[in-house]
Amino acid sequence: MADDKEREGPDLVVAEFHKKIKDAFEVFDHEANNTVDVREIGTIIRSLGCCPSEGELHDLIVEVEEEEPTGYIRFEKFLPVMTKVLLEKRYRPIPEDILLRAFEVLDPSKRGFLTKEELIKYMTEEGEPFSQEEMEEMLSAAIDPESNSIRYKDYIAMMVVDDG
Amino acid sequence: MSTHDLEDMGCGTSSSTKDRKSEKALKAALVIQNWYRGYSARLKARQRYALTIFQSIEYADEQGQLQLSNFFSFMLENYTQIHKKDPELVARLFGSTLQDYKDRQDYVSHIDVPDSYHGPRLQFPLTFTDIDLLVEAFKQQQILHAHYVLEVLFETKKVLKQMPNFTHVKTSPSKELTICGDLHGKLDDLFLIFYKNGLPSGSNTYIFNGDFVDRGKHSIEILMILFVSFLVYPNDLHLNRGNHEDFMMNLRYGFTKEILHKYKIHGKKILQILEDVYTWLPIGTIIDNEILVIHGGISESTDLNLLHHIERNKMKSVLMSPIPLDEDRDNDLKKNKINTTIIPREVKTNGSLSEQLTKHEWEQVIDILWSDPRGKRGCYPNTSRGGGCYFGPDITSKVLNKYQLKMLIRSHECKPEGYEICHDGKVVTVFSASNYYEEGSNRGAYIKLCSGMNLRFFQYQVTKATCLRPLYQRVNTIESSAIRILKERMISRKTDLIRAFQLQDRSKSGKLPMGQWAFSMENILGLNLPWRSLSPHLVTTDKNGNINYMSSFEDIHIQKPVKEAQSTLIETLYRYRSDLQIIFNVIDSDHSGLISMEEFRAMWKLFNSHYSIHIDDFQIDDLAERMDLNKDGSIDFNEFLKAFYVVHKLDNVNKSDSKLA
Repeated sequence: MADDKEREGPDLVVAEFHKKIKDAFEVFDHEANNTVDVREIGTIIRSLGCCPSEGELHDLIVEVEEEEPTGYIRFEKFLPVMTKVLLEKRYRPIPEDILLRAFEVLDPSKRGFLTKEELIKYMTEEGEPFSQEEMEEMLSAAIDPESNSIRYKDYIAMMVVDDG
Repeated sequence: MSTHDLEDMGCGTSSSTKDRKSEKALKAALVIQNWYRGYSARLKARQRYALTIFQSIEYADEQGQLQLSNFFSFMLENYTQIHKKDPELVARLFGSTLQDYKDRQDYVSHIDVPDSYHGPRLQFPLTFTDIDLLVEAFKQQQILHAHYVLEVLFETKKVLKQMPNFTHVKTSPSKELTICGDLHGKLDDLFLIFYKNGLPSGSNTYIFNGDFVDRGKHSIEILMILFVSFLVYPNDLHLNRGNHEDFMMNLRYGFTKEILHKYKIHGKKILQILEDVYTWLPIGTIIDNEILVIHGGISESTDLNLLHHIERNKMKSVLMSPIPLDEDRDNDLKKNKINTTIIPREVKTNGSLSEQLTKHEWEQVIDILWSDPRGKRGCYPNTSRGGGCYFGPDITSKVLNKYQLKMLIRSHECKPEGYEICHDGKVVTVFSASNYYEEGSNRGAYIKLCSGMNLRFFQYQVTKATCLRPLYQRVNTIESSAIRILKERMISRKTDLIRAFQLQDRSKSGKLPMGQWAFSMENILGLNLPWRSLSPHLVTTDKNGNINYMSSFEDIHIQKPVKEAQSTLIETLYRYRSDLQIIFNVIDSDHSGLISMEEFRAMWKLFNSHYSIHIDDFQIDDLAERMDLNKDGSIDFNEFLKAFYVVHKLDNVNKSDSKLA
């Protein structure tokens, strides 16, 4: 089997990527007609292990949309674009230590936590702001109910274990 | 996407520090947002995968259920070999009921409601106070006395009989109509709907679109509330039959068990009457001559005119397809090449064959109760469920146009948001059982409509916690639940899976590349799932990315009821335990819970040959005797089947709580 892999190398890798992409796409293809709602493309791409920013995601969508956008993305257009993304290892996920440092930047006095208000301010006013729904979702898991603050080290540790 | 206007920040000499600081903050925020969105998306994908697992297994199970129909036909055709003198068994399979219900008044009046009974007491003729009474009583977890249950069932049948196959309803600007989908015994969802939308009444019309029972724990309570409401407001509460309003489905999916548990003395009688009541439920509702409301869907041959006129009460069960008349029989025989014996003439009950629908009529009803809409054009057999078909947008247009209808509202499929619109707005699915597969799996919904206005959708989700748990916890719950039942499926096919793996593993290394492992899994289990994404939950992988295929079976096994029993035997019995339960129940016409050793052997022989299982008869006999079942020549089959369950080694509790059991 190892021999096979060497001989067929890149083809096998691409074939496996194709299957992986197909699996992820199908799960969101509710009507089983090889299309998904454009609003779910971000979820699909991220579920494949990539972490594009909102801006980068927007560009990807433009690549896979129809000439005249229909609100749906077809698998035939999605597959080659996504395969390339995986092959080029684009949009690598954020490593845990970088994530921790990001929180520490927002907590310059090194208290070890952010207040709820601070997190809301940063997440909804800076960068690529969260929607209200995203903010509520993040808070529900991140908030330590006793202190009403976000103990970011614990939070990261918890999320990382879960994310597999 | 907004950009932070850095020029607005700071002033004077410290502006550059401030700029740097805010730039750092911006970057940090971006990192966190990016990470979070990736994480959140992966959670949502996992949630989807879990739902896909639940749904695939649910449909595969339904398919197994429908395949029983073939077995019953097979059984009938070899009838004389089973038992020569069992007219009840034949009647059961032919679909006619022997009992005459003229004895109703006698029966019900003989059931006393003791003074010690503190549950709800209904007053006939029923009024709206009885609806209130029931709702309040059920909220207090009370159980309605069998006397009233039976009284309600008899009355309901009487009134339903007068209803046509399709109820035609009109809305008006001042009178809205509410449509609810599957409830499946989830009483909390019904309470939530009533809380948000009001109880049924003359000015608050409801349509309940089938599948009131099975799976949830309060099917009888839901039925009672719905039937009582129907009896009080027969023109404003409409009930459509679903595929679970079928006594054969109830045997497998839990309602029968619920009744026999809650009504230990009169349960059997209740079940008998219920069988009949189901058959009188209307097939559908037509609103304003524009909207068709039915449980499942349509097929390209759906003939509404025919369906308006058939004798719907002859549709006993999806598992009892019409026995062909002699000429048809010959054709069927030629088609199926079945090696059969002739059914002896004396076995037919009076006019039994005229008590059936024709095959065509029967198929029409199956299509209505079992079909699902899909994006692909055309009409195809519904291979997931094994009954009805998949119909595409072109079929919808064709059928709707043929009858000058504008829309189809149906249920039958669980949707994450409780409802879904497809086929260009012409088909709407509404599903009213929230948390159907597991807590957090989906929302429920209902529809309100009135003439001239768009449909309005209302969603909800029953939750035990006062505030919703964070998403990752909910996803963890449904994911582990889904993986658990998937693993149980795997263990029930362990032998076949290992054989398939080993066939591909020529070097006998115990490893396979991902592609080959996924292929075998899909092939043997017959489930179209994203195996690559699921693999981390099911197997271990080595550093080269190859699958250690035996690792799936390390932390799970089927409990051996007897040490000496062979693994393959145990596995087979575990795999078919639901089917066997139904078959036993059918043979056990008097619902005693016992069948004779002779019946057991004969039935097992047939099962063996029909399903091509290679288990020797003596192995079964041996097992039955070793399990020390009643030594009086009869087998308590519920005990027999209960003994097969799966042990998850990582559990603290021994018993598996498989919902499909």
